[in-house]
Amino acid sequence: MIRDYFRVMLVNLSTGNTNIIERPGRSEYLGGTGLAALLFEEFGHMDRDWDDPEQPVIFAIGPLTGYFPLMSKTVCAFRSPYHNEYTESYAGGKSALSLRFADLDALVIIGKAERLTALCVGSRRVETRDVEYMRGFDAIHTGRVLRKMFPGSGRRSIMRIGPAAENLSAYACINVDTYRHFGRMGGGTAMGVKNLKAICVLGDRGFDLPEGKAYTKLYKDIYKKLTTTEMMAKYHGLGTAVNINPLNELKSLPWKNLQQTSSPEADKISGERFADDTLLRNAACAGCPVGCIHVGFVREQFQTNNQYLYRQVGYDYEPIFSCGGMLEVTDTGDVLRILDVIEKEGLDNMSAGVALAWATEALEKGVISEEETVVKLAWGDADTYMKGVELISRPPNEFYRRLAQGTLKCAEHYGGEDFACVLGQEMAGYATGEVFFVSEALGFRHAHLDSGGYSWDQSHEDKDVDAALDFLIDDARDRIVLNCMIGCLFSRGVYKDELLAEAMEAVGYGGLNGKMAEIGERVQKLRWRLRMGMGYDPNKVKIPKRYKEITTWKGPIDTDYLEALRTGYAARIMELGAPLEDEE
Amino acid sequence: MKALRAARMERCIGCHSCSLSCSRQVHKFLSWNKAGIRIASAGGLSTGFEARLCLACDPAPCAKACPTDALTQRRDGGIIQRKKYCIRCGECAKACPVDAIFLDHMVNPYICIHCGKCVEFCPHDCLEMADLPKRSDDKGGSK
Repeated sequence: MIRDYFRVMLVNLSTGNTNIIERPGRSEYLGGTGLAALLFEEFGHMDRDWDDPEQPVIFAIGPLTGYFPLMSKTVCAFRSPYHNEYTESYAGGKSALSLRFADLDALVIIGKAERLTALCVGSRRVETRDVEYMRGFDAIHTGRVLRKMFPGSGRRSIMRIGPAAENLSAYACINVDTYRHFGRMGGGTAMGVKNLKAICVLGDRGFDLPEGKAYTKLYKDIYKKLTTTEMMAKYHGLGTAVNINPLNELKSLPWKNLQQTSSPEADKISGERFADDTLLRNAACAGCPVGCIHVGFVREQFQTNNQYLYRQVGYDYEPIFSCGGMLEVTDTGDVLRILDVIEKEGLDNMSAGVALAWATEALEKGVISEEETVVKLAWGDADTYMKGVELISRPPNEFYRRLAQGTLKCAEHYGGEDFACVLGQEMAGYATGEVFFVSEALGFRHAHLDSGGYSWDQSHEDKDVDAALDFLIDDARDRIVLNCMIGCLFSRGVYKDELLAEAMEAVGYGGLNGKMAEIGERVQKLRWRLRMGMGYDPNKVKIPKRYKEITTWKGPIDTDYLEALRTGYAARIMELGAPLEDEE
Repeated sequence: MKALRAARMERCIGCHSCSLSCSRQVHKFLSWNKAGIRIASAGGLSTGFEARLCLACDPAPCAKACPTDALTQRRDGGIIQRKKYCIRCGECAKACPVDAIFLDHMVNPYICIHCGKCVEFCPHDCLEMADLPKRSDDKGGSK
């Protein structure tokens, strides 16, 4: 049954103390992204940088986590090493259900361990272990070792970092249960700076369910809806990789560092081609019957006399765009090999791919030389890109140290800002047009899932600035409601506000019908206030020249429309993030 | 009689819908442990999944080990559970040869009763209700 308060575990790595604390606010903030923001407001420090030991790393789940299908994700909130402002990232795996069954609405970690440490929490357990010997272990190896260290096989989550996060890359990720990630904005480094190599969450409790049949009936109805809709067939079948071909046809597929928006070669790395040539099997987040995780298979001969090794590598649309198309790597096996290195090093694959794409063009144009890049980065050369990933993760020189802090930061030093494909962070794979570019560049997480700008571009030829901005704000708010729960955004076509209120009522928390939009707006404003309190000014966001030079299915980018959207969206965000006293 | 079989686990995606379904419908809990079927990776997600569930022994060592008849032999294999007789000694779990009985922290045992309610919640058709072969009357030591 859902509590009307939040139960939070607060772990201080400096002192070794752990506290269970309770906080009110379920009706106002629901949980998930709302709870994370609320906790950051309490435990975060607006006046200290991201690497201050007292800054918190927060993992939060929603009220419906585990109670209904696809309520299967966790939010990780932190002050980002990428821009030194408040941010968040989402992942599934077994993290959400493990937190639910550890009886925690959130886990907040503050302080810094003296030596590299692994933390294990459960409903009846808190334990830290010195794992200094694991320094430099890659994320996959780390997972293997931790599986033997802690109990709970199958019903636990292991969240860990690789070398990139230990080396404080601004876009190192947190690997969750091998195939999922808190990918973007440097969550891994927020852990790394605390000397926190891994967190194991044991899902070792169970909870009574409401009497009567209403809950089990609603569960069954939602389960059927989610597993029989066409939308789900897409995510389960080819997976998000299905997007390669249609985006290529729409001239919206970023290719070769966005020098192109389509390529006749794209079909070689399409979702269909990945499925035919590499797909080993699907996997799922715990609590999700859809199973959108696609695991590809590649084998390599490493010695003569038929000696092979094999790699199992997760793939999706975004990693194929960033480490395939953007680098003009057009062999499915080569894409998987690059992704395998990224997985082990513990980097965000979108940022790593886009950063290498920029470096390749910069080298080609003579902006930088091989003295900086160490290896001769060249379009399509997968083996060299695999080395490039390791160089970002374990920088041997000033160039890679800068590149590991972000492509634009590196370009500001060496030149080549015009062709840095950065929209707040290294771009997501949608060269769909003006609305998406502005949405990602200015958006809260700089993620394509902040708001459906990519979708608006694909369905609107008109250039109605106000209509587009209304859509971005309203769609972001709707997604925030689902992110309070925290449902997978793939289920957003099913989990509308009314169904969410009904689901809450079925597990004993009624009275929310009609209030979801209001809650969404409250959380939307709180998140923006936090970020702006740390210095974010949307008016100062620049959209690099490359984005103004491209052609999509609608023709060349309309720079006047782009600029009107940019200034208009910045103004709307400023309104949302206005200090509280101004709002009343 | 029929018994639940995890016949096609090579299809399993690790969603735990079966465990959640058992816990929800049979035991009235929200749990992935308090269930007659539980899923674990076979050594990390890259190695696939395995299901822990009662294999419908006949005679059932767990029933034989139970001192209070909370577990009794089910015809053709498996057990019938009467929770009100359970004194939470945990002997059943010790006796199970395939580690199919989960004990919670109060030492309540959770065992598959072969009702089949989980089957429709498996999205990949890994589970099925299969006919058990008729056994001879000689139970070889069962109660």
